[in-house]
Amino acid sequence: MQMPPVSAQILNSRPALLAALAAVLPDGGLISDPVELKAYECDGLSAYRCPPLAVTLPRTTAEVAAILKTCHALGVPVVPRGAGTSLAGGALPTADCVILGVARLTRVIEVNLPDRFIHVETGRTNLSVTGAVEGEGFFYAPDPSSQIACAIAGNIAMNSGGAHCLKYGVTTNNLLGVRMVLMDGTEVTLGGPVADAGGLDLMGVICGSEGQLAVVTEAWLRILPKPEGARPVLMGFDASEVAGACVADIIKAGVLPVAIEFMDRLAITACEAFAHAGYPDCAALLIIEVEGSPTEIDDQLARIRTIAARHAPAAYRESTSEADATRIWLGRKSAFGAMGQMGDYMCLDGTIPVSALPLVLRRIGEMSAEFGLRVANVFHAGDGNMHPLILYDANKPGDLALCEAFGAAILTLCVDVGGCLTGEHGVGVEKRDLMAVQFSPADLEAQMRVKDVFDPGWLLNPAKVFPLAASAGRRSG
Amino acid sequence: MRPTSEADLSEAIRQAAGPFALRGGGTRGRVAAGDLLDLSGLCGISLYEPGALTLVAGAGTPLAEVQAALLAEGQRLPFEPPDLRALLRRQGVSTLGGVAAANASGPRRVQAGAARDFMIGLRLVDGTGQVVKSGGRVMKNVTGLDLVKLMAGAHGTLGVLSEVAFKVLPSPETCASLCLHGLSPAQAVTAMSAALGSPFEISGAAHLTRAGETHVRIEGFAASVIYRVQRLQALLAPHAAEITISDDPGALWQGIRDVTALCGHDGDIWRLSVQPSSAPGIARRLPDGSHSLLDWGGGLIWALVPAGVDLRAHLGQVRGHASLMRSASALPLFPPEPPEVATLCAALRARFDPKSLFNRGLMA
Repeated sequence: MQMPPVSAQILNSRPALLAALAAVLPDGGLISDPVELKAYECDGLSAYRCPPLAVTLPRTTAEVAAILKTCHALGVPVVPRGAGTSLAGGALPTADCVILGVARLTRVIEVNLPDRFIHVETGRTNLSVTGAVEGEGFFYAPDPSSQIACAIAGNIAMNSGGAHCLKYGVTTNNLLGVRMVLMDGTEVTLGGPVADAGGLDLMGVICGSEGQLAVVTEAWLRILPKPEGARPVLMGFDASEVAGACVADIIKAGVLPVAIEFMDRLAITACEAFAHAGYPDCAALLIIEVEGSPTEIDDQLARIRTIAARHAPAAYRESTSEADATRIWLGRKSAFGAMGQMGDYMCLDGTIPVSALPLVLRRIGEMSAEFGLRVANVFHAGDGNMHPLILYDANKPGDLALCEAFGAAILTLCVDVGGCLTGEHGVGVEKRDLMAVQFSPADLEAQMRVKDVFDPGWLLNPAKVFPLAASAGRRSG
Repeated sequence: MRPTSEADLSEAIRQAAGPFALRGGGTRGRVAAGDLLDLSGLCGISLYEPGALTLVAGAGTPLAEVQAALLAEGQRLPFEPPDLRALLRRQGVSTLGGVAAANASGPRRVQAGAARDFMIGLRLVDGTGQVVKSGGRVMKNVTGLDLVKLMAGAHGTLGVLSEVAFKVLPSPETCASLCLHGLSPAQAVTAMSAALGSPFEISGAAHLTRAGETHVRIEGFAASVIYRVQRLQALLAPHAAEITISDDPGALWQGIRDVTALCGHDGDIWRLSVQPSSAPGIARRLPDGSHSLLDWGGGLIWALVPAGVDLRAHLGQVRGHASLMRSASALPLFPPEPPEVATLCAALRARFDPKSLFNRGLMA
């Protein structure tokens, strides 16, 4: 993976930079020791590593502004970092950058239950946002699987989703306002605890901008009343096409489950061996969860059962207890760990139109044979967000490159059938150079124009999202 | 000018020198100064997959045509775009692009979200004539910057939409609506907050000030709606002496959606987005002779205000924003922006529409 050449000038002026940063962080929060910097050399995409020049951990928005202003004045790139759980390398440092981590910005500023919002600092973890309101029967809906660790800042940067977004939407649908700082230190507030922007929806383009436009330090988030209950049903099919058809029929029938998860045979086998969740031995498995009161759940499950019966499921199991429900989810939730036991793997994140599922799964199977690498498919079936997990051997020379080529081929296929490169993980560095598969030069130009406005010097998280060749002229300017 | 293809539109813009007044069906926004750019020729549903909950259509496609296609499959645009023709004294045919450009959302905004939340992709022609696409036709997509959201509600000032892709949802089997009688706005907002804070997935909560009626809507499968109506009656009983079940919830909510309570009166129409709990106080401070209704549980105030009154100045500092929807005055339609936000917006316009061709002066 290529990154731009490191600026010798910045490296040489490191002592002056550290002094300037220390001056604006009188209460600490500057890390410059090489051993401590190692902790920040990568994010969740650990195949790529590079220690930064320095790490700053501000405690206030004013400190964030001071750090950015300092780096802006010295022409030093800044890489924003939430909790460092990005799977796309969104927080990957360069050797000549300063990491700006929001980990110490964790306050809850306001909880307002009658108006149904919470105002937090963005270093707070996703799960602890729900934690602040669940005692009153509310929750924050987006639930990425890293939710115990990931920060709201990163959720906003990547527009994170989660298993339940079929019903509740992703981050952008649950974000009411942001307070943020531009690269030049300007503080900006967009939106707030009211619905919709009065003018241009700048917040709409901040969400999902992968730290390209600003550092978000506070957020107003919509909170929702918790449902009365939820229950999953598990069903197995002899062919993935049939499982796909069953999903389409359920959606067309007007049942809107909160989650529809799909696993193929390799994923089922791996999860079963790892978690012993009692999954059936079949080609495709669906876990469908519905919400409501006990009788509402019974009603919805009865509808789903009738539809599923038309597709002759090889297995069908409705949970009858909390323990049973936990067991059904156990396998799916441990999918990544289970795959990790089988070897090194790369997790993809393309989205396809759900109607293209049979074709895409067949082609992935064929490509698996061509590349000689096994792949397991885990999939948010309701919204077409696929997570193919390609198994490879990191110790085998050339295997990572082969895996990356296979991954690129799968993502290109996703785009070819009308989908996209990434449904919820983001582009980062990982898919940066595939962007030209999905977007024309004019499309990319339009996106880069937005960055020009917010970060004219291209100092904020540069060399990500946009293909290096496309952004070269801007980054050097 | 009335282009009938994206290529024609692009060519026309490439060659243009003067400003354009963009118009889908002319039913929503104020038409700006300049040559009329009629977008009704960019019409037709190009893709509709009910099983994938996805619909893609030309920006000039009549909203009614889209709704008819969805109805045939038991689906709908969940954000309930309002028909504001009577309120704004307009005629014409509402288009999908107009809905997108205005981010036009109705009462179900409190539950489902706004138009922008269901916009998953679009194509546009920028001020240099360049065709740009963003998003796509899948409902989960974080690839690249989300220009779709930026265009939603931009009223065409950053580019002319040529095609829009929406996520759609199944229509519910049943709808019911409870009416709480005789509440003050403050009592109404408290009751609506209680309902919206319950697990019963309220899909509309509005207070008609003059009628003294507070309406709460529930949608879903029949058995579920019956159950939730019962639970809500119990939950709301402490808030109102009299609670009835409306016999025609469809017509009732269409009227709330289209703000019919304020139709047929002279004066200016304002739309205020506020925190629900602050709505009663703001409604009380409206100028004498005003009339208002509260939607979105109090988060949206529709106000009929005596002509020419600068409501923003009258109300002073309010957490939220006020848009002027109908007026003969020269007051700005959109709320003023803080300087740092105005700078960003102006810079975006300069880059997307360098010749300032589109709806010049409408938003800024």
